[in-house]
Amino acid sequence: MPVDLTTSLGSLQLSAPTLTASGCAAAGKELAQFGDVSTLGAVVTKSIMMAPRSGRATPRMAETPSGMLNSIGLQGPGIGSFLENDLEWLHANNVTTIVSIAGNNVEEFGELARILAKVDGVDGLEVNISCPNVESRGQVFACNPVTAAQVIETVRSVWHSDSPVLAKLSPDVTDIVEIAHSVVNAGVDGVSMINTLLGMVIDVDKMKPMLGGRTGGLSGPAIRPVAVRAIYQVHAALPHLPILGMGGIRTGHDALEFIAAGASAVSIGTVVFGDPGAPWRIAQELGQELESRGYNSLSEVVGLAHQN
Amino acid sequence: MKCVIRSIAPVGSYLHMVLDAPEIPEVQPGNFAAVAVGGVGGGMLLRRAFSIHKATPGETLEIIFASHGQGTQWLATQSAGDTIDVIAPLGKPFVLPRQPIPCVIVAGGYGAAPMELLARDLRSRGCRVDVVLGAATQEKLFGVLDLKGVADSVTVTTDDGTSGVRGRVTDVLADLIQKNTAQAVYACGPMPMLQAVAQVAQDNGAFSQCAVEESMACGIGVCMTCVLPIIGDDGVTRMVRSCVDGPVFRGDRVRWNDVNTVPSDALGAPHPGGH
Repeated sequence: MPVDLTTSLGSLQLSAPTLTASGCAAAGKELAQFGDVSTLGAVVTKSIMMAPRSGRATPRMAETPSGMLNSIGLQGPGIGSFLENDLEWLHANNVTTIVSIAGNNVEEFGELARILAKVDGVDGLEVNISCPNVESRGQVFACNPVTAAQVIETVRSVWHSDSPVLAKLSPDVTDIVEIAHSVVNAGVDGVSMINTLLGMVIDVDKMKPMLGGRTGGLSGPAIRPVAVRAIYQVHAALPHLPILGMGGIRTGHDALEFIAAGASAVSIGTVVFGDPGAPWRIAQELGQELESRGYNSLSEVVGLAHQN
Repeated sequence: MKCVIRSIAPVGSYLHMVLDAPEIPEVQPGNFAAVAVGGVGGGMLLRRAFSIHKATPGETLEIIFASHGQGTQWLATQSAGDTIDVIAPLGKPFVLPRQPIPCVIVAGGYGAAPMELLARDLRSRGCRVDVVLGAATQEKLFGVLDLKGVADSVTVTTDDGTSGVRGRVTDVLADLIQKNTAQAVYACGPMPMLQAVAQVAQDNGAFSQCAVEESMACGIGVCMTCVLPIIGDDGVTRMVRSCVDGPVFRGDRVRWNDVNTVPSDALGAPHPGGH
């Protein structure tokens, strides 16, 4: 019998365990030439803001050992264009869709949630309180338990929908468990972790930081152990909290580590840039990894690394 | 798609790689290929993009590259019989004229890779095709003989005078446009060259189509790394992806002086107190 790979994030049932990671698949359309997007667990969109946003100056990317730095800076078309072009396509193609939202301030997060609560085709919200590519580090809401909770409370107050609200957490904090407690108390249904780590590469010929934005977010397999650790810690503290895990997953074997640490599903990010078929491949590999170890379902393995 | 390397051979300062590509469809000049480097499980996650030199549908795909970074150095160590992973064709190609108008093709270094294909397409539409190939020095020229076999004329320039006219491609371009009443200029090469070519074309009443070179992470439109400030049909400047909306852009639509910046009048540009 094939392994049961169905899973859930709170009230949201997922037909497959791999999702796209926000910022790594645009709004799904571009991946359609590499696979049937409706068979993914979900597409998690690039973070949507209220207004169109240009993002930061180039160069925006630097390859690093087993990873990359990016300083895109939340480039996007704004919520109006997103609803008209992207969400409509996702909905028409029966794609399970988790919309990532980002605001310049608490009110903007609330406004985005208010708009998205009224439209069809939104199966969940991922609240991006942890993008490192903003001018002011003070804008990284997820670095402070109070501001993190303020955003979530505001979103929750206008989100009159059964579909889950997830908070995306940053690993660049002293105690990620404290932040997780804070957003849980503010009403999230689950957490997504981890966002990128703040990094820098210096061009020693030009003697200046390589990225136009100077600093960038580090992603890829280089950060995988940080992600596994963070998920393990949060699952240990909050064993009933649904976790969407991400951070450098490249194979089904990697995904299994995240599940064993406590994630119920995983998002595939940076590896998609080099291997656009990765979200489908990794789901298949995860099934094989589970089967070869004698498991019948993904759900029985969630958090299993905590038993010993 | 998995491609077995049929041959890899030096051409001047560059390497010419021929791949068995049974899945390759029709390729248009200006399309590019994204090649995975470093082997499965290696530390380099991002593909390298190369403009396609030639392709035969269902059979072969050819690229030209310079071994200068970690990724291309790895590619240079691969041998005939080895397998590499390629996504192709990608990107928007050069737009061909509907009328048989006189055209000039300009290329710098291995920017000449797609130009034989382009010259053939233009010639088959009845266009007169004059070519300018430039490089720092003779061994960094590419495609001179092949283009001589296709084009009406080929002019070579080198910075050091080791071949052809000593100087830059733009030193001879204006005269060529004037002499042949060229209406379209097609260019591929380094960004400063493209900027200069687009300016000369515009000053001499010709349209230009420029294949830009921007660093890419994905090549398929999902990462937003390879953006340029481009003026749209509506007159609004947007940060546009060179992988899916390019790599070929109209020269008069690229804000060359603002590349590597976000112009303050671009859609969604940062403003005081904002982002």
